[in-house]
Amino acid sequence: MKRSLVPYCVTAAILVFFYLPILVLVVNSFNTSRFGGSWEGFSLVWYSRLLNHREIWHALTNSLVIAVSSSIVSVLLGTTAALALHRYATRLQKAHYMLIYTPLIMPEILMGISMLLFFIAAGMQLGLFTIFLAHVTFCISFVAMVVLGRLQDFDFSIIEAAQDLGANWWQATWKVLVPLLMPGLVAGGLLAFTLSIDDFVITFFVAGPGSTTLPIRIYSMIKHGSPPLINALSTILLAVTFAAVYISQHLLEDKT
Amino acid sequence: MTPARARLNEILVTLPSAGWLAVLFVVPALIVVAISFKPTDPLGGAGAGWTLDTLKSLGNPNYPAILWRTLWLSITTTALCILLATPVGYCLARLEKKWRQMVLLLVVVPFWTSFLIRIFAWKMLLHPEGIIKQALAGLGIVSPETPLLYNQWAVLLVMVYTFLPFAILPVYAAAEKFDFRLIEAARDLGARRFQAFCRVFLPGIRRGLFTALLIVFIPALGSYVIPDIVGGPGAEMLGNKIAQRVFVDRNLPHACALSLLLILAVLLPLTAVLALQGAREKARPIIEEGA
Repeated sequence: MKRSLVPYCVTAAILVFFYLPILVLVVNSFNTSRFGGSWEGFSLVWYSRLLNHREIWHALTNSLVIAVSSSIVSVLLGTTAALALHRYATRLQKAHYMLIYTPLIMPEILMGISMLLFFIAAGMQLGLFTIFLAHVTFCISFVAMVVLGRLQDFDFSIIEAAQDLGANWWQATWKVLVPLLMPGLVAGGLLAFTLSIDDFVITFFVAGPGSTTLPIRIYSMIKHGSPPLINALSTILLAVTFAAVYISQHLLEDKT
Repeated sequence: MTPARARLNEILVTLPSAGWLAVLFVVPALIVVAISFKPTDPLGGAGAGWTLDTLKSLGNPNYPAILWRTLWLSITTTALCILLATPVGYCLARLEKKWRQMVLLLVVVPFWTSFLIRIFAWKMLLHPEGIIKQALAGLGIVSPETPLLYNQWAVLLVMVYTFLPFAILPVYAAAEKFDFRLIEAARDLGARRFQAFCRVFLPGIRRGLFTALLIVFIPALGSYVIPDIVGGPGAEMLGNKIAQRVFVDRNLPHACALSLLLILAVLLPLTAVLALQGAREKARPIIEEGA
């Protein structure tokens, strides 16, 4: 029976739709022209200006510090949350599940404004620390969901076996449970890292003077700055993303 | 292990995450609710005492227009995303494994890049000197004076661009589990191709479609950055108004009242869809089980 070609054509068209803006951005980052309406010759001038843009490097450092610290803490909290949810079927866990699930469906702007008001009410100075607290708060739920997915096909009799063989609670956790859960923990941690480093809306609400992260810097450049500089910065970030995807695909292929 | 000891263990593992979220998620949400009952302080912030005036001011003629625009843009975005995601999900599920993984990766990868950069890319394309504008004007489709940027259509376009992958993934996940022999059976029984698609395939991937609906509609309602960058004053959404009340007017009670409105707009469709889904699952068996 002949299949309809319509879905295949739609898919091809959507891939063009997805990549066209990105492609134009990359091409324009090498364009001498300021607005990129026409090609005025190849140049690396925007890249060399970017390298001398100290504020961007400062913002990148802030972003990395926050992303690393908040993904470590959210992996710890998200994993204990997933263990509790998986292990026990009590009313407490029903409430706990609601508490973990609700942040996932809360629009970012609401989380941003509510945490801003909380920090003001608590008399806290807005800055890197408040951004860290906010990022951990929205990452816990994502990590918990990823680890919970891993736990569904985890065989807990292995832990009992370890304990029967004389392992104490500490040994059973660190020598058996954690190594076996490692793929889930790494996946959750990477997700938290990505969410944190890309977050703009929540960060914008809870950031203070001197705590500019990379997305906030990019936003102010989009609003007031020079477009070609953002093109060059975007191209570098795209290259990093594609390299990371390529490497992770390669590692996955080797393992299976 | 004694029951009391087991209970203590449970509390010990639950406490870190539950405690963190109680302090940094539940308490802040309650503060938002509380402040929306506070009067506005002309110096900025919330005044003393309690009042219903802040909530009543939502009737202010500016707000309903923004609320309708927010709903209209979110509903249209969701509809377009599902409309486009369905053929893509179908196509992905029918491709050979090797191709399928490649196309899936192609769908996901651009969305691991910065969200702001993707919006910026569209701003550059639609810019008066950008290539789309020049191409359309060159072909005589739009006049050189027509602005493509800073209107509702630009917001709609970029919203669809941003949310489409989130619709494709659940539709694909459902389509992958769908038994395509059912379509062949329907065709053998005389259904036309389109008929088989609508009456066998679509009900079969119902769960995926519901998930796509929620996963697009809820964040769309809270959109703030997209209308801020590619929309103009005439394309403001609820999120922009909230941010304006916080950062520009420093009118926190009004910002909180608008936030309550947004929470309501999120909760109503959410409970409706979940209830509908629950009722349907009970009413008749899922198609795969009958097959």
